Amino acid sequence: MQKPERLPRGAKARETWKQMKESWIAYVLIAPFMICFCIFIVGPVLSATVLSFTSYDSIQPPVFTGLDNFTKMLTKDVVLMKYVIPNTLLFAVVVGPVGYALQFGLAWMINKAPKKLKKPYIMAIYAPSIAGGVLISVVWQVFFSSDRLGYLNDILLNLGFINTPVAWTQDKNWLLPIMMMVTLWSSMGVGFLSLFAGMQNVDEQLYEAGKIDGIQSPLLELFYITIPSMKPQMLFSAVMAIVNALKSGSIGVQLSGQNPTPNYAGQLIQSHIEDYGFARFDLGYATSLSFMLLVVTYILSRVCFRFLGTKEGE
Amino acid sequence: MQAKIPLRRKLHLGFRHMLYSLRHTRLSTVIILILLTAVALVSLLPIVYVICNAFKPLEELFVYPPQFFVRNPTMQNFTDFMYATDVSTVPFSRYLFNSVTVTLTTTALTIVFSLCCAYAFSKLRFPGQRALFDLITIALMFSPEAVVITRYLIVNELHIIDTFWAHILPHLALPMGVFLIKQFMDQVPDSLCEAAKIDGANEIRILWSIITPAVLPAVGAVLIIAFQNVWGDITTSNLYTVSESMKALPYFINSLTSGLTASSVARKGATAAAGLLMLLPNFIIFAVLQKSMIETMVTSGIK
Repeated sequence: MQKPERLPRGAKARETWKQMKESWIAYVLIAPFMICFCIFIVGPVLSATVLSFTSYDSIQPPVFTGLDNFTKMLTKDVVLMKYVIPNTLLFAVVVGPVGYALQFGLAWMINKAPKKLKKPYIMAIYAPSIAGGVLISVVWQVFFSSDRLGYLNDILLNLGFINTPVAWTQDKNWLLPIMMMVTLWSSMGVGFLSLFAGMQNVDEQLYEAGKIDGIQSPLLELFYITIPSMKPQMLFSAVMAIVNALKSGSIGVQLSGQNPTPNYAGQLIQSHIEDYGFARFDLGYATSLSFMLLVVTYILSRVCFRFLGTKEGE
Repeated sequence: MQAKIPLRRKLHLGFRHMLYSLRHTRLSTVIILILLTAVALVSLLPIVYVICNAFKPLEELFVYPPQFFVRNPTMQNFTDFMYATDVSTVPFSRYLFNSVTVTLTTTALTIVFSLCCAYAFSKLRFPGQRALFDLITIALMFSPEAVVITRYLIVNELHIIDTFWAHILPHLALPMGVFLIKQFMDQVPDSLCEAAKIDGANEIRILWSIITPAVLPAVGAVLIIAFQNVWGDITTSNLYTVSESMKALPYFINSLTSGLTASSVARKGATAAAGLLMLLPNFIIFAVLQKSMIETMVTSGIK
């Protein structure tokens, strides 16, 4: 709940205070959520910001060290520069924009499918995102298993593509592609549904009007009618794509079963943070990495809002 | 009474109908359908695989080359993992109890909190409203994974480590819940509330008997999201709990698979069975509430 610290002086402040007192019920209603929100979302973000300028090992109280952590990030952390950042960038591009395009394409195709088939397709494509986490350990580990009983090995051995079983999730060339594939597979979640729903909801009359105005090809229709009409849903789903890319950050560790991942091949920023935070207890440095991640996420979201946000008067 | 059509005739008619409709669909639609079917199959394959493995008897799990489909289904795997006490010191039922308790409580509380909060943002006016809702919109892209360490520190400071509170409270901060319900609620005409107000109903009553019934689809969507969020969550068990008796089902399943290779088949079936058990509630809930979910997503847009 919001209450001003000191007594309001100006007339405007007094007016606000009066309004606040009048709408006390609103504050009571938002209180339960806002309290949890502040403790578990705002709190961690703020404390990550503060701790990132300190050296902290979770036993001694944090010591202010200025920009040391950030200098270390740029100059001393070889693993970060050599593996983590390139991996994370590649992963983020594939899971983010490529995944987003994939979602859009699938939603568009389902929208074109006959009415009766829409529901089963939606179910089938959405299902992996429900199953996500559980299946990583149950299915994918077996699928990519290192011996002949692994499915992929079995198929490839039988087809004669390989002669000896490959330890897929331990192999530095394969881990990252596998991570991206598994993440993409399970990324058709809420964002995908939102895109689909947005497309469904485009006013039919717009299409008819478009036809009269000479929009013939489905591609033109897509760019001139569908996309402009569903910008809000596209923005929502872009935000969801960012969240998904962030959420799947430790999938490399889950698949390979070790942190750091073999040869740092699947080391993304999340695993790097956890490695520093929970294994080396260098919490100051770990939170400075978190802080950078938050900043990058925020910038990305601003970019999305800029491109897809509804402008005044639209 | 209708005459019974023999099966062969039925199949023949069905086939004719299919050919007919195929001939009358545009080529582009056919291509789209082929692509979609391919994607749908790839999507479903791993899930079918889990279902098959869950019912495979031991010798089928062992067989080389590995078989995809199950031939002689058995329930053996389900009883196996329930008695798999050697991987943990507490019985399976304890994990199940923890998961069910935590999930039900959290989902119910999330819905109530989100409804109240969304109502205030959608139908009431108060200073700070705009700024707070913008904050919630930005927080939509907040994933707990990004600040896993400071979140842990806060849970630690609250002294709720190893309690049910640690399972429940962090999950209640679900901006998505408030956001989706609020967006949906914006469509409900304000005049409904005003009419009720004139009749002397207070805010709580309006929220409960007028608004809530009108936004049930959004409540359904939030139910799905909150449920999935908690039910499959492993972070809480890993980080915020210490004793085995406070951990939840996903943790148990993970401990079944940890160090699992395809050759240590003994657990392969049990793991699949446990995984299937984990997935089932998610699928049932989604199948039942699918319509609400899509309806809600129409209003999910960020403006």
